Amino acid sequence: MTAGTNRTQAGKESDAGDGSKERGESQGSKGSQGAKGSQGSGGAAGTAGTAGAVATGRAAKIDRLAELTRRTGATVGNSLWKEAFRRLRSNRMAVIGAVVIALFVVVAVVGPWVTPYSPTAQTWRGEVLANQGKFVGARGENWFGLDHLGRDMFSRMLVGARQTLLVGVVSMLIGLLLGALIGTLSGAAVTLGGRAGRRIDTVVMRVIDILLSLPSLLLAVSIAAVMGQSLTTVMIAVGVVQIPVFARLLRGSMLAQGGADYVLAAKALGIRRKRIVLTQILPNSLSPVIVQATLSLATAIIEAAALSYLGLGNPDPAVPEWGVMLSQAQRFFDNAPMMAVYPAVGIIITALGFTLLGEAMREALDPKLRG
Amino acid sequence: MLRLVVRRLLQLIPTLLGLSVLLFLWLNRLPGGPASAILGERATEADVARINRALGLDQPVWVQYGRFLKRVVQLDLGTSTQTGQPVWDEFVLRFPATVELSVAAMLIAVAAGIPLGYLAARRRGGWLDVTAVSGSLIGICVPVFFLALLLKGVFAVGLGLFPSYGRLSTGLDATGVTGFAVLDGLLTGEFDATWDALVHLVLPAVTLASIPLAVIVRMTRASVLEVVGEDYVRTAESKGLEKRVVRVRHVLRNALLPVVTAVGLLTGSLLSGAVLTESVFSFGGIGSFIRTSIDARDYPVLVGFIMFIAMVYVLINLLVDLAYSLIDPRVRVH
Amino acid sequence: MPLLSVDELTVTFGGRDRRPSTAVDGVSFTVGQGQVVGLVGESGCGKSVTSLALMGLLPAKGVTVGGRADFDGTDLLTLSPARMRDLRGRELAMIFQDPLSSLNPVVPIGLQVTEILRRHRGLKGEPARKEAAQLLDRVGIPDPGRRLKEYPHQLSGGMRQRALIAMAVACAPRLLIADEPTTALDVTIQAQILELLRELVDQEGTALLMITHDLGVVAGLCDQVNVLYAGKAVETAGRRELFGHPTHPYAHGLLGSIPRLDAPRGEPLHPIRGSINDKIAWADGCAFAPRCDHYTLECLTGTPELTEPRAAGHRVRCVNPVLPAVPPTAEVPA
Repeated sequence: MTAGTNRTQAGKESDAGDGSKERGESQGSKGSQGAKGSQGSGGAAGTAGTAGAVATGRAAKIDRLAELTRRTGATVGNSLWKEAFRRLRSNRMAVIGAVVIALFVVVAVVGPWVTPYSPTAQTWRGEVLANQGKFVGARGENWFGLDHLGRDMFSRMLVGARQTLLVGVVSMLIGLLLGALIGTLSGAAVTLGGRAGRRIDTVVMRVIDILLSLPSLLLAVSIAAVMGQSLTTVMIAVGVVQIPVFARLLRGSMLAQGGADYVLAAKALGIRRKRIVLTQILPNSLSPVIVQATLSLATAIIEAAALSYLGLGNPDPAVPEWGVMLSQAQRFFDNAPMMAVYPAVGIIITALGFTLLGEAMREALDPKLRG
Repeated sequence: MLRLVVRRLLQLIPTLLGLSVLLFLWLNRLPGGPASAILGERATEADVARINRALGLDQPVWVQYGRFLKRVVQLDLGTSTQTGQPVWDEFVLRFPATVELSVAAMLIAVAAGIPLGYLAARRRGGWLDVTAVSGSLIGICVPVFFLALLLKGVFAVGLGLFPSYGRLSTGLDATGVTGFAVLDGLLTGEFDATWDALVHLVLPAVTLASIPLAVIVRMTRASVLEVVGEDYVRTAESKGLEKRVVRVRHVLRNALLPVVTAVGLLTGSLLSGAVLTESVFSFGGIGSFIRTSIDARDYPVLVGFIMFIAMVYVLINLLVDLAYSLIDPRVRVH
Repeated sequence: MPLLSVDELTVTFGGRDRRPSTAVDGVSFTVGQGQVVGLVGESGCGKSVTSLALMGLLPAKGVTVGGRADFDGTDLLTLSPARMRDLRGRELAMIFQDPLSSLNPVVPIGLQVTEILRRHRGLKGEPARKEAAQLLDRVGIPDPGRRLKEYPHQLSGGMRQRALIAMAVACAPRLLIADEPTTALDVTIQAQILELLRELVDQEGTALLMITHDLGVVAGLCDQVNVLYAGKAVETAGRRELFGHPTHPYAHGLLGSIPRLDAPRGEPLHPIRGSINDKIAWADGCAFAPRCDHYTLECLTGTPELTEPRAAGHRVRCVNPVLPAVPPTAEVPA
C-alpha cells in the first residue's frame, strides 16, 4: 500500500493531541505522495469492507469525516450557570473566598458551643485590675488574651461570629427582598404597562435615585439614631440603605433582558406578557442580583461595625459582636491594640471572603468574558 | 454651556422636592415621631399631645409639609440641643474643616489611584497588578475607623511622626479668612501655621482616602483594560503614532470618563467616612460634631445633617455632570 | 518584484492555559505596485488576522506569527516594534470595518487627522490644519473646515469612513489595507466608498489589499483574488478567471449562492450548507470537506496541495476540483 493508507491508519490510532501535530509537520514531505496515492486510499477502504462495494466506501467515508470533525473539538454550549460554576472552581479568588466563608459559617454555627469559657464571665477581673492598665495578652489558657473586664477574648470572638453573620445576613435579606420587590414591580411595569407603567416606573426610580444619592452610612446613622439603640435597629438601618441598590440593579437588568431577542421571540409566539416577565425575563435577570447579594454581605458587616463604633450598635453586653467589641476596644487602643485587632481582623477577613467570592462570581457570569 | 447649567439646575428641582417629601414623611410619620424622640420613652400621652401641638403636628399633613419646606428653603434646620445655636450656623462653621479633609483625601486618591490603576492594567498579571488588585480589595474591606485607629496608633502615638488629633497645634491660630486652615496660613503669611495644618491633615486624609483610592484603582484598571481593546485604539496604533500619544490621547482620555463619574459618586462615601475619621482624630469638622450629636441624641443636628448632606451631594452631582459634559463631547451636544 | 510578498504566513493564538488555535495556516500571496488584491472568505477564515499580522497590530502576548512578509525587501514580521511603528501610517496604512468604533469618540476629527501628519510629516499648527482640510476635501467631505472641529458622532456613517480613509492616505502610503471597509455602510454609500478607493488607487498607484466577504466588492475592484477557507488559501486567480471558472468547490459554491437577476424566475439559490465551524483539521484533510458535495475519502488524507488544474496562475487547493470537462459527481469510482 501507499503512504496515504499508512497515514490513515496512524491517524485512527493516535489521539487528537500529539498525533495531529506530528502529522501536520510531516505534511510537507508526504503531501505530494498523498496526491499520487489517491487511488490507493480509496482501494484500501474498499478491501476493508467485506462487500467491497460502493456503499461500504460511502459509509467509511462518512465515518472518517465524522471522526475528523469531532477531533476539531467544537465545544457545545453548556448552560450559563454550569459554565459559570466551572469557571469559579478554577478561579483562585473564588476558591479562597468560598473557603473563608465556609470557615466563617462553621465558626458562627458551632462557635458558641465550643467556647472554652463563658464569653461574659469576668473570670480574670481581679487579675486585670491588679495589672493596672497593663492588659493580659495571649497565653496558654486564653489564646487571644483578656479584655478590659477580664473576659476571654477567644470565647468572645467565637460567639461574636454568629452575631456578625446574623447582622450581615438579615440586613442583606432586608435589602434584597424589599429591593427586589420594588425592582421587579418597576421593571415589570415598564415591560407590561405601556405609558402608565412607564410613569409608575419613573416615579419609583426617582425616589430610588434620591435614596441612592444619600451616603449610605449617614442614612443608616439617622435611621438608627431615631429608632434607638438595638440589634434590630442596626439590621434595619443597614438593610434599608441596601434597598435602592438592589431595586436599581434588578430593574436595569430586567429592562436589558426585556430587549433581548429571546423575549421578542416569546412575544412573537404569542406568550402572554405577564408570563414572559415571570418565566423568561425575571429568572434571566437574577445573576447580577445574586452577585450583589454576596458583595452586600461584606458591606453590611462593615457598616454594622461602623454603626457600632458610632455608639449605635447592640447595647446588650451579654451578646458580643465583632463591631461592638471593636468599638469598645478603641478606648484601650494605645495600651492593648490586640483587643481591637482580633475583632477587626475577623471583620476584614470575613468581608474579604464575601468580596472575593462576589467579584469572582461577577467575572464568571459576565457574558463578555465567557468563551 | 450656560443653557446646560440652567437646564441641569431646573432638573434638580423635582429631585430636591422629592427629597424634601421623603425627609418630611420620615421625620414626622415614622413610629414614635419627634415627640417620643424629644421626650424619650417614658413620655405620658398628655406630654406627647402638648409637644405635638407646640410643633404644629395636629394640623393637616400638607400644612405641616408647607411649613417644613418654608423652613428648609430659609435654611432653618432648627436649633442644636447641645449648643443652643442654629443647626445651619453650626454646620457652616464646621464645614470648611470637612471640605479641607475631603478635598485632601480625594486628591490623594486620584493622584495615586489613576496611575496605579493604569499601570496595573498595562502590566496585567504582573506583580504590580496583583498587588494593586488585592490591595484594593482589602482596602474596601477594612473598616475606616479601624484604619484610623491603626494609623494613629502606629504613626502618631507609636512613632510620633504626626500629631494624633486636631487641625492645628495649640498656640497657632490662622482661622479667619476662609476657614480652611491650610489656605488661611498662606493668605495671612503664617507659613508655619500652614505647615502645621498640613501635618495635622496627613493621617486623617490618608485614612479617608483609603476607600476612594481602592475604588479608583479598580475602576481605572477595568476601564483601561476595556479601552485598550477598542477599535479606535487599534486605529491609533495603525497610524503609527508615538506610544505616548496613543496612551494619553486615545487610551487615558476615554478610560477616565467613567472614573470621573465614580469620583463624583465617591464624594458621598467620603462624607460618611469623614464622620468616622474626624471622630477618631478629633478633627473638629462636621464629622466630629455628628459623633458628639449621636452621643447627645441631638436630633435636630442629625436630621438637619441629612438635609445638609443631600444639598451638598446634589450640588456635587451637578458639578460632576458639568465636568463630564466638558470632557465628553457626546454629552455636550444633546 | 511585487511590493508585498507574503510567504507561508501562519498565526497561532493560544496562551498558557488555552488550547492553541491556528487562525492563519500558511497563507501566501503577493501584491504588486498599483494592484488591487482581494482576500475573500467567510468570517473566521483568517482574513482579518492576516491583515493585522501584516500591520503588526496583533497582541504581543499569546500569539505566534510565522512565515515571511516581504515589503519592499524588509520582512514585516520580524521588524522591531519601533521600526514597525515608523512604517505604520507612512508606508502601510489600514482602513477598518466599523467607522464609528474606529474613530476616537472624544477627539475632534481634525486632531485625529493632524496627529498623523505631525507624526510622519512633521506638520504642526496651521500648515497641518490646512493639509488636513485638503485631505478631507480630497476624500469628498464637504465643508472640511467645519468638519475638522466636529466629533465622530456628529458625522454620518459614510462621512466617518471617508475621514478614516483621509487618515489612511494622509502620508501617501505605498500599501493600503482595507478590512471590510463597506460592511457597516448603506448600499449607496458602499458604492461611493469603493469608487473613492478606486480613484485613490488609480491616481496614486497605491497598492490595495482588499479584505472582504462581499463578492460584489471583489468583482468591482480587485485585479487578483485569494479565496481563504479556515486559514488557508483554497483558490487564487485573476478576477476574470475566478468569476468565469470558479474551480474549488468552495469558491464555486460562493458564486453559486449569489442571487442573480438574469437567472430564470423560480430558480432556487444554491447555498453552501453548514457553517465554518463544521470543519476538520487541515492536517487531516480538506477543512471544507464536511460542507462539500464532492468530497471523497481521498479528501480526508492530509492537506491537499495547491495545483493548477485549469490554467497557469490559477491555483486551487482541491483533489476534486470543479472542472467543466468532468462534471462533478457525488462519488468518484474506486
